[in-house]
Amino acid sequence: MPRRGGPPEVNAGSMADIAFLLLIFFLVTTTIETDAGLDRMLPPMEPPDTDVVIKQKNIFTVNINKSGQLLVEEELLDLKQLRQRAIAFLDNGGDGSCKYCKGKRDASSSDNPAKAIISLKNDRETRYGTYITVQNELVGAYNDLRNREAQRLFGRDFTEMEAEFLNPETPSSIRDDLKEKVQKVQGLFPQKLSEAETSTSN
Amino acid sequence: MAKFNKKKDGDLPAVSTASLPDIVFMLLFFFMTVTTMKDSSLMVQNTLPNASEVKKLEKKDRVLYIYVGKPTREYQKVFGTEPKIQLNDKFANVSEVGDFILQERAKKPQELQNVLTTAMKVDKDANMGLISDIKQELRKVNALKVNYTTYEGDAFRNLQ
Repeated sequence: MPRRGGPPEVNAGSMADIAFLLLIFFLVTTTIETDAGLDRMLPPMEPPDTDVVIKQKNIFTVNINKSGQLLVEEELLDLKQLRQRAIAFLDNGGDGSCKYCKGKRDASSSDNPAKAIISLKNDRETRYGTYITVQNELVGAYNDLRNREAQRLFGRDFTEMEAEFLNPETPSSIRDDLKEKVQKVQGLFPQKLSEAETSTSN
Repeated sequence: MAKFNKKKDGDLPAVSTASLPDIVFMLLFFFMTVTTMKDSSLMVQNTLPNASEVKKLEKKDRVLYIYVGKPTREYQKVFGTEPKIQLNDKFANVSEVGDFILQERAKKPQELQNVLTTAMKVDKDANMGLISDIKQELRKVNALKVNYTTYEGDAFRNLQ
C-alpha cells in the first residue's frame, strides 16, 4: 500500500508522561546536601553541687600547645598515635569490674570505662584545624570501641546504628528498637570528654 | 515508477512542540529541588576543616549558625585580617553572641527552644582563643549543644 501525505505524525501525547516520570525520578534521587560535623556537649556553667574526687589515674590529659604539638599524660606524642593511646586508656579496665574490656588491666591506668575521663586542654593560639583533628581522634577512639561492642552484641557497627536512629526518615518502629541498642552501647563506653578552659600563653 | 512520485519531497511535516513545555518544566523543577538557599551571604573566609567521625545535622529548623573566619578581601580594608565572627549578615563581637542566641531562640517555636544546636562554621586557620570565648558565651546562655561543622574527609589533612 502506498503511503499518502508523507510520514504520519508522531503522537506526542505521552511525552508529558515521560517528562513527569523523569521529574519524579530526580525528585526522589537527589538529596539536598546536609551539613555534617562533630557533635559536642559543652559543660554547664554551674559546677555540680557535690565535689567529685577523681583519681589521677582515671584522667587522660591531652594538652595542645600553640604550635599544634600534643602533650599526652605528660609526654610528647604524635597525633597519629593519639587514637591508639586513647583506646588503650579507655579499654584498660584496671579494677576488673569491666567484663567486656580487652585492655591490659594496668593498675596505674583507668579503673573502668565509666570512670575514665579524657580531659582536653588547648592554648589560645592553637589552630582550629589542629583542635578539630584532636577532637576527631578522641571521638574516633570512642566510636572504635563502641563499634567493637556493637559488633559483638548486635552484629553491626554502632556508628551505622546511630546514624539510622538519628535519621528522621527511619520508621519509628525501627527507631524504638535502635534506641535501646544505641543507649546500651553508649552505656558501655560513656563519652566523658571534658574540655577545660583555655590556658593563656605567655 | 509512478508510486514513488506520490511522495511530496521538500515538504516535511512540522515537529510537534507540544511537549516542549513539559521538558522546560521538568528542568525547572529539577533545579528547584537541587538548589539550596543560602540564608546569609558569607562575609568571612570559610574553609572548614576535615573530620572522619562526623554526624549529619538533620532538621535544619533547629540549627543556629555562627560563622568565624578572616573577613573576605572586600571587607579586609575595613575590618582587617584578624578572624571575626559573623552572625546573620553582619560582623559581631564575642559579647554579642549570647544575645544573638537568645534572640534566635525566641524566634523558634516553643517546643524547639530546648533542642537547638549551634553549628559553628569556623575557618580552619582561626585561633582557638576566639572559639573558646564563643564557647564561654554559649555556656552562659545555656546553649550547650554544639556542632563543629566540618567536611567529611581525612582529619590529618587539617595539619597542613
